[in-house]
Amino acid sequence: MILKDLTYMDKKEDVLILAIESSCDETAAAVVKNGRTVLSNIISSQIALHTLYGGVVPEIASRKHIEKINQVIEEALLKADTKLEDITAIAVTYGPGLVGALLVGVSEAKAISFATRKPLIGVHHIEGHISANFIENKDLEPPFVCLVVSGGHTHLVVVRDYGTYEILGCTRDDAAGEAFDKVARAIGLGYPGGPKIDRLSKEGNPEAIAFPRAKVDGASYDFSFSGLKSAVLNYLNSCDMKGIEINRADVAASFQKAVIDVLVEHSLHAVQEYGFRKFAIAGGVASNSALRAAFKAECAKRNITFYHPSPVLCTDNAAMIGTAGYYEYVKGVRSSYDLNAVPNLKLGER
Amino acid sequence: MKILALDSSGLVASVAVVEDDVTVAEYTLNYKKTHSQTLLPMLDEIRRMTELDLNTIDALAVASGPGSFTGLRIGSATAKGLGLALSLPIIPVPTVDALAYNLYGSEKLICPLMDARRNQVYTGLYTFKGDTLVTIEPQCAVDIADIISHINEIGKAAVFLGDGVCVYQERIAGLVRVSYEFAPPCCNRQRAACVAALGEKLYRAGVVQEAAQHTPDYLRLSQAERERNQKSKEG
Repeated sequence: MILKDLTYMDKKEDVLILAIESSCDETAAAVVKNGRTVLSNIISSQIALHTLYGGVVPEIASRKHIEKINQVIEEALLKADTKLEDITAIAVTYGPGLVGALLVGVSEAKAISFATRKPLIGVHHIEGHISANFIENKDLEPPFVCLVVSGGHTHLVVVRDYGTYEILGCTRDDAAGEAFDKVARAIGLGYPGGPKIDRLSKEGNPEAIAFPRAKVDGASYDFSFSGLKSAVLNYLNSCDMKGIEINRADVAASFQKAVIDVLVEHSLHAVQEYGFRKFAIAGGVASNSALRAAFKAECAKRNITFYHPSPVLCTDNAAMIGTAGYYEYVKGVRSSYDLNAVPNLKLGER
Repeated sequence: MKILALDSSGLVASVAVVEDDVTVAEYTLNYKKTHSQTLLPMLDEIRRMTELDLNTIDALAVASGPGSFTGLRIGSATAKGLGLALSLPIIPVPTVDALAYNLYGSEKLICPLMDARRNQVYTGLYTFKGDTLVTIEPQCAVDIADIISHINEIGKAAVFLGDGVCVYQERIAGLVRVSYEFAPPCCNRQRAACVAALGEKLYRAGVVQEAAQHTPDYLRLSQAERERNQKSKEG
């Protein structure tokens, strides 16, 4: 990364970011104006394909990305009524994620940047998820606390400034979304587990089964979901052995409640501790309706303003990468042509 | 006609600009760095050193497979990005054909070998009749013994090249019953100038794609698909 002169300050022109995201199973491109106005947000989802295998298959995901990427980018430019020459800079997710999948977007973005001589900005995927909150909440500005929950990530973060993060805690084992997928599979709901458990839970009693709320000793902001997952599997086994009929809706609702209780408790503890009056959620699991309802109610009780992206911006998308890329761009961050995919990229690292 | 060619199918990363009968620039690396770190910087170096105006390029040629799945996609995504930005078509050049093109004019049996893991090689059999590359066995993923038994059947002197040679040297010595040799280091690995030269012939024969339509030709399904097909066959 090279820091360049901040010559953008002299210009009053619009900054248009073409953003590309291919870290997992969505091929996505977007055009974002001045960081917060989404001109287009195109997502080509592969979920139907991966459902055949019960989860994301990295090689199949990578193959699908290369098939779709040009169409997705062309459609993003078309929908935004923008030509490539009008774009200010190219932003691309370079980690964390599946390395083969990331490399498609990274290679494509580098080539476009090279051919058009537009600046290239490598963006952290989680930074993108957090930034999704800026798109629909024009008033939101750092500092605030953000909980990032998705199939691959569970992070509790203080957003000090644009692009400046302090990680308070993360999961020690399974990500929250991973636990949803595993439990969904165990009760025969299939992939993807999150939305299916969310739906079924509405018919169940969240107090029916007492599943554990795990705490990590000495790390009050860290999470652990593997014990909860095991407790659900043990419960299912013991019912099976005793010949007790399982109420799947009760299992789903009780499991979901156990996850949400922990997420809410840790998050709001952090908000109080750090004294911010603003709290945001992000990531795929952030579209879970019970999670949103719980945070809405608890934040209202404590007079904390609660922010959350709409579902389309919770899932992997490129608009959020465009927003994060914009704030990197105005800070003068530029990537060079040797930008590589970094599957385990840590938040706040470059 | 000016062609920009890329090959990142194997261990080698190679970029070339070929205009009509002249190789204006070729940059080939066989080093441990990943292709995603080398390919674009190499192209950038060529642009600087030859004052290349990308708008003068007529077509992109890319080694389109078989090869390392990830390597192929780095080359393809780079070509697709260039194609999108410059409105250029892509000429998909079969990787093994382009490797054989290294030995232009040889009347021996040309047998490129790329290590394909899982005890297989990506290979094929070729020879030259005049200036024409004749395909005897099209590129495929097979056991080394299969391709060598084909060579023995034909009974003509053979020449081997490619990164599979060092992996299978002993097997070759044990199995081949014709006279054979290994190509020297100046022409025994992927070279983008070969991709460009063969690419031009393909282009004139109408083998060309829109950048958006281009995908690598892996010659193999993913492991998950293979296992799923196997299961459905059994079940």
